[in-house]
Amino acid sequence: MNPAAATRLRLRAMFRKESLQILRDPSSIAIAFVLPVFLLLLFGYGVSLDARHIRLALVVEQADTNTASLTGAFQHSEYFLPMAYPSIQQAERALQTHDVDAIVWLRNDFTSRLLAFGDAPIGVFVNGVDANQARITQGYIEGVWQTWLASYAREQGHEPAVPVALEPRIWFNAAVRSRDFLVPGLIAIIMTLIGAMLTSMVVAREWERGTMEALMVTPIRIWEITLGKLLPYFVLGMGGMLMSVAMALWLFDVPLRGSFWVLMAASALYMMVALGMGLLISTVARSQFVAGQIALVATFLPAFILSGFIFQIGSMPEAIQVITHIVPARYFVAILQTVFMAGDIWPVLIANSAALLVMMFIFLGLARRNARKRLD
Amino acid sequence: MKQSLQQSWQRIAALAIKELLAVLKDRKSRIVLIAPPILQLLVFGYAATYDLNDIQVAIYNEDRSAPARELVARVLGSPHFHLVRYLDNDGQIAALIDNKEALIVLHLGQHFSADLYRGGTAKVQLIVDGRNSNTALLVLGYLRSIISEFNLDWARRSGRPPPPATVQVRPWFNTNLESRWFIVPGIVGLLSLVITTIVTSLSVAREREAGTFDQLLVTPLRPVEILIGKSFPGVLIGLVEGTFILSMAVLWFEVPLRGSLGALYIGMFLFILSGVGIGLMISSLALTQQQAMLGAFLFVVPAVILSGFATPIANMPEVVQWLTYADPLRYFLVILRGVFLQGDTADLLLHYYWPMAIIALVNLSFAAWLFRHRMN
Repeated sequence: MNPAAATRLRLRAMFRKESLQILRDPSSIAIAFVLPVFLLLLFGYGVSLDARHIRLALVVEQADTNTASLTGAFQHSEYFLPMAYPSIQQAERALQTHDVDAIVWLRNDFTSRLLAFGDAPIGVFVNGVDANQARITQGYIEGVWQTWLASYAREQGHEPAVPVALEPRIWFNAAVRSRDFLVPGLIAIIMTLIGAMLTSMVVAREWERGTMEALMVTPIRIWEITLGKLLPYFVLGMGGMLMSVAMALWLFDVPLRGSFWVLMAASALYMMVALGMGLLISTVARSQFVAGQIALVATFLPAFILSGFIFQIGSMPEAIQVITHIVPARYFVAILQTVFMAGDIWPVLIANSAALLVMMFIFLGLARRNARKRLD
Repeated sequence: MKQSLQQSWQRIAALAIKELLAVLKDRKSRIVLIAPPILQLLVFGYAATYDLNDIQVAIYNEDRSAPARELVARVLGSPHFHLVRYLDNDGQIAALIDNKEALIVLHLGQHFSADLYRGGTAKVQLIVDGRNSNTALLVLGYLRSIISEFNLDWARRSGRPPPPATVQVRPWFNTNLESRWFIVPGIVGLLSLVITTIVTSLSVAREREAGTFDQLLVTPLRPVEILIGKSFPGVLIGLVEGTFILSMAVLWFEVPLRGSLGALYIGMFLFILSGVGIGLMISSLALTQQQAMLGAFLFVVPAVILSGFATPIANMPEVVQWLTYADPLRYFLVILRGVFLQGDTADLLLHYYWPMAIIALVNLSFAAWLFRHRMN
């Protein structure tokens, strides 16, 4: 038998053995199919940064038509749930106990100063504990204020004349829906989890039980074991990926502006990286306990925090930015957000795919070296 | 009676010591328990921030007049922005944004100063990369406040009337709206959860797989005693590491700790107990370590994402909000942030203590019941 045919034969045998093992242990299938659906449903609906229903305490010390038109502006805004409070002390207590998120306070001299063009102050207190939400709340309050100023000026019969006005155009996501960028990012996190968890646990089990050594004394070569082990999980993982994409498109209405095949090609590449990472973890850990721990700590949390999924990488300190380069999810998040929201933008796609390719070779190479070295 | 109690204590102590040794005697699992939390605290503490620095901005200024230059200088003078380049025609904008070389492009048209001097409104076009909608909103907020300041100064200088009413925002508890103050206390909870789950989730499953759990069941130890003995390492390691991370948050990240430490520790104890309860419950439900690990994942990942750690619970749909009531991290985060930033004391936090106590009680009793009732 020539060597190529022998390789094919061994690979096929390995592939068959792994596939059977998967089919007989429902937990792998659960990881690949149930996990993505469950996680994407939960997070797709659960994770949102759009501040809605901001609970707003309105304190009006002397009510009249002017204060009514201003509080009316807050009532009509879709972002606020205004509640009237009789005194500022009560509103402050509500802010302390999380009953409201912000206070708008019109003092009793509001109208007199307004009529005198005297810079009537609109006091705003926001709960700053969640700084991000506080900033967004502040932005919305200022937005309501500016709209109200313009309509007030028109009522008074003069053109609203702001010296400089900003005309923002938000590309790729005109409605500023946070789900559109969070769902692609979640897909990256879920794929990381699945790829790394599937392989790290499964291969570690083989080491733990000593069957890996048994495999190694057969004529099969180490890279054939690797490939034969990865392929079935690759197929499983891609199945999970396809389901996640379908859910993103049809359940969460995320637009797919790039091409489907580019998305699939990038996902296939990333799947290999994630599987390689799992393989490397398993060869380092050699026991399911340690492998599971490393997989949890080394894959989920970095993919969540260091990938640019939620937190902007460019704003992190220099040293941390360097670290993000070794988090593979970083490149996949960039690819997914671009393909879904912006389209096939080749400079972004090529740069990030190249990085993923390099990481794949590093992970697989290291895993192979580890596996061989530890045998003698 | 007294003697049987004493014997009971002896049995529990023996088991507790054995369990602690099982976790700590293996060098790899020791490293996994100690190194990653420290590393993660440092990395995530710096990385997980919504504050934006060094936003890449490109300027397309068609009007070389003094006011236009002044506005541009104000934008570039802000610590948030960082100039990538000046553009000289429209055609350059798309590629710059698409390729992520600039996050925003600020465009001042030819008539900018003419409109301004005429007493009209000068328009500034802003193009934002909306791939991360949260970043886009925050950038918009930063620019709006720069422009309002410019407007006020311009009105004063050119004799235009100031706006009749102005908004004066005062953030409470976190005056400078530093998102690190929000995230770092959250990391205390996040890492405590990961550690306690890791320590406990495999403790029963490992013994079941090895067959030693059956042996444990035929010893004089009662299920309650096994439960206490098995909980001990998780509670101890959780409290020690929690304390360590807490002191790093205060000493290293300089997050103010304004409330009562006692209130915080009541919360931490209940939180760790509920984490241990869930871990043990998963562990006794699982037949293999792989299933236990999968179970731990299926608990930790949603528990983190739905806890309000990074995205607010108030933004989630009603149904998902109901789910978060079963998440102990949800309550502990409120306690952490309340004690750190709002100076809360135990009496204000009662509502957040008892749900964790219930979660702990339910899961621990279920785990103890499973000890005897889940056997093949």
